[in-house]
Amino acid sequence: MNHHARFILGRIFFYAGACLFASFFVLPLLWLTVAPFNTLATLSLSLPEEFSLANFRRVFANTFAIRALVQNSVLQAGGAMVLVTITATLAAYALSRSSIKGTDVITYGLVLFSSVVTGTAAMVPIFLMIHGMGLIDTHVAVILVFTGGLLPAAIFIMRDFVDSIPRSYEESALVAGASPWRVFNDIALPIVRPGMMVIAVWAFVNVWGGFLIPFILLRSSGKMPAAVAIYSFYSEAGTPLVTLTAAYSLLYTLPVLLLYLFVNWKYGFRFFGGIKS
Amino acid sequence: MQRRSILSLPAGLLFLLPAGAFVFVFIILPFFWIAAVSFTNRTLTGRTALNPEFVGLANYRRLFDPDRFFNSGEFGASLILTGQFVFFSAILGQAILGLLLAWFFYNHRGWVQSTVQTLAIVAWIMPDVVVAFAWFAFLDRDDGTLNQILSAIGLGHPDWLLALPMVSIIMFNIWRGTAFSMLLFSSALGSIPPSHLETASVAGATGLQKLRDIILPLIRTHIITVLILITLWTFNTFTPFLLTGGGPAFQTEVVSIYTYRTAFQFFRFGMGGAVGMVMMIINLAFAIVYLGILRSQKAHA
Amino acid sequence: MAGVAFRGVSKSFGAVTAVDDVSFDIHDGEIVCLLGPSGCGKTTTLRLIAGLEGPTAGSIHIGDRDVTMISPKGRDIGMVFQDYALYPHMTISDNISYPLKVRGVSKEERASRAAEVAASLQIGNLLERRPGQISGGQQQRTSVARAVVHKPQVFLFDEPLSNLDAKLRLEARGFIKHLQKRLGVTSIYVTHDQAEAMALADRIAVMDGGRIVQMAPPLEVYHRPANTFVANFLGSPPMNLLPVRLERRTGVTRFVADAFTITAEGWHERLQGRVDDGESVILGVRPEHLALGEADDPWSFPGELYATEPLGPETLITISVGDALTTLRIFGDDPPVVDGRVHARIQNTNLRLFREGGERIELG
Repeated sequence: MNHHARFILGRIFFYAGACLFASFFVLPLLWLTVAPFNTLATLSLSLPEEFSLANFRRVFANTFAIRALVQNSVLQAGGAMVLVTITATLAAYALSRSSIKGTDVITYGLVLFSSVVTGTAAMVPIFLMIHGMGLIDTHVAVILVFTGGLLPAAIFIMRDFVDSIPRSYEESALVAGASPWRVFNDIALPIVRPGMMVIAVWAFVNVWGGFLIPFILLRSSGKMPAAVAIYSFYSEAGTPLVTLTAAYSLLYTLPVLLLYLFVNWKYGFRFFGGIKS
Repeated sequence: MQRRSILSLPAGLLFLLPAGAFVFVFIILPFFWIAAVSFTNRTLTGRTALNPEFVGLANYRRLFDPDRFFNSGEFGASLILTGQFVFFSAILGQAILGLLLAWFFYNHRGWVQSTVQTLAIVAWIMPDVVVAFAWFAFLDRDDGTLNQILSAIGLGHPDWLLALPMVSIIMFNIWRGTAFSMLLFSSALGSIPPSHLETASVAGATGLQKLRDIILPLIRTHIITVLILITLWTFNTFTPFLLTGGGPAFQTEVVSIYTYRTAFQFFRFGMGGAVGMVMMIINLAFAIVYLGILRSQKAHA
Repeated sequence: MAGVAFRGVSKSFGAVTAVDDVSFDIHDGEIVCLLGPSGCGKTTTLRLIAGLEGPTAGSIHIGDRDVTMISPKGRDIGMVFQDYALYPHMTISDNISYPLKVRGVSKEERASRAAEVAASLQIGNLLERRPGQISGGQQQRTSVARAVVHKPQVFLFDEPLSNLDAKLRLEARGFIKHLQKRLGVTSIYVTHDQAEAMALADRIAVMDGGRIVQMAPPLEVYHRPANTFVANFLGSPPMNLLPVRLERRTGVTRFVADAFTITAEGWHERLQGRVDDGESVILGVRPEHLALGEADDPWSFPGELYATEPLGPETLITISVGDALTTLRIFGDDPPVVDGRVHARIQNTNLRLFREGGERIELG
């Protein structure tokens, strides 16, 4: 076989393989990208006879579900995002830059503990604790529990990031005459900001998509996030109203996709990779 | 000894305090609390809610009761199902598919690679309930996309969620989580100096020989990392609940769902605590094995 | 303006002693280079002056003040880091004027002083750029500008030229010396490059194993190295070191090695009482103090030609003597043609003797 033919065969093999892989990931989602725009959608994959936004209009008429999305989910994911980002940044900075002894042991201990005490394994004590604090059925409960659960991984990633920044930045500011607080505020914070952005997006996406924690900690329908409120489009028997659930799913997924695109564009996914708990 | 650091000791402790408080309350405390609760008959309401009694090992004895341990819907059966789920979806599915993808696109960076990578990542980051709903539609017996394709090529249309529920959640979990293995293996492959492979090529090694003799030994640590992490995550995932609810007839009741049902369907927290305790011990075993391997790898390096 | 002094300063990191009982005085307006191989304690010494490390023992003085317990903020120094440490989120102007900002200088004055310093360092046209948008040489100048803008009492340089390519490094070296002489500020400059230290320093402090082994003007360090470590560290190629045994007979002294014997003509009285008969010593001679000679010259020794390297203004001739190599530096652009057996003649006015342990023998 000559070189040229072999090259062409190789190309064909490559594109065929790539198509196979792509379809494995795309097929399960294909229906979800079409159905929301079809007022008569069934579970069958077919192009709508006419492209319509009527499903979305009906979803927006469901004030309970919309409030869950634009208020409760935003509040809970945003709250946990702010708390995780701030506390993880402070802790990671201390672990990287202070004279505290055994910071490696602390960091690895954190990761060990957090991989042992997972949300599913610890759902009983977490529920009992929140119950004991009188916080059952509050946004605060969801925010606090998510923050606690996401923190170890956030600290781990953030510490890696802070460690990669040369200490000479802060040292040169110290020598220039800056007080420790100024060094942190003028130099360290701006330099670790990209890391904070990534942590923030990561925390937001995790809480936004999380189901179990709000499911066991919240009672009243007025506080449910979108992850739970989506079941308001299901009948009593547990079967979904296909058209509306699809439309709502799309709305609910959109922020996650946009944030992913943002992070990917700004920092590349490499840094984001491997950290979804 | 006087030692100056960028952050003084008091400031460092102050910076650690908020995170430390969170970690203590929501990670360390539950670890010990769950041990305590698992020895009681604590419930949500009624007399034992306020004054739970110490019942010793009763919850564990009930959990490991040999007469019914392996009965459908019992703890032993659930552990076996979880083992199958983890083995097929994480170790065989995600790890191998992830490695295959990383290897397939190694040296083929470009728009094709980034498109497939993005698709895998989208499957990975979408909210749980949305992917569950998408798969509910995908696997539908009469109209689902999968069966539309299968019947078009004459392979029939099985009722996935009812007749093959375990196969369904395994496929689902592979689809959902392969992105992590793929990303980690890609970066591991990217860190191999090209000269290593070029030397092998010059020496006349085939693609498979290069994979076996050069690539796999060089990324051994990454393989261990991937295997342990995806095992831990798959072991603890609750998402199959959203697809099958653990059914039909407990056929997909992995331990995370079993814990939920035990603790929250009847609010028997003592029992739920005992299950959670067993889960944590299994998690701990995985984590210790992992750290041990990492440490010995470091010692070798 | 102020001098810098160490009094018995030590610094340990756990079990490792980085700086070991060091004392010195650096005079007002002087530039001193701390020279040594990596791990010799030179950077730690500099960081002790900056206050980035605290000493384990001893005291540090800047001018009349004991600054041992004072944080970097209170020491009034300017420092140039090896990686420049320019803040990526600030413009060049803001980078340069940062020391003024923390001193509460008004915004207008900061801008004008940054512009003034930048102009004098030929980076005045870059003020609104970011560090990532300028070249390595420009970054280096920016970091120097930031170190001098607040007119500190002491400048510290931590290998500031090691990230530049060879050509830029020469240019920046001259520029730093010019600036230091113009401003007349006491400067301490850390480097592992002996040529850089020779070129810049008023005095060189050669460090080894956390101690200062010699502190003297460059030419003295070069010509009268305190020990074989210094002799070997300075000069390119370094000083030739030939181990020999001394033989004293009536009226004549010889240096005897396996491969040769040198008759120390005219040195018999000189070595009297300083070196004993039969003692092992090391002859130290710079390559430029060796010439091609004749076999019957008492101060010559034979070797086999190993390599000839014409460098333009000079030629290096390396010969193997026994199992060691010795290098001759012959000046002039007409390299001598040699082959086979070669005799090297020592210009004995520039011969140094070291004890077997390494320290130089003081000859009358």
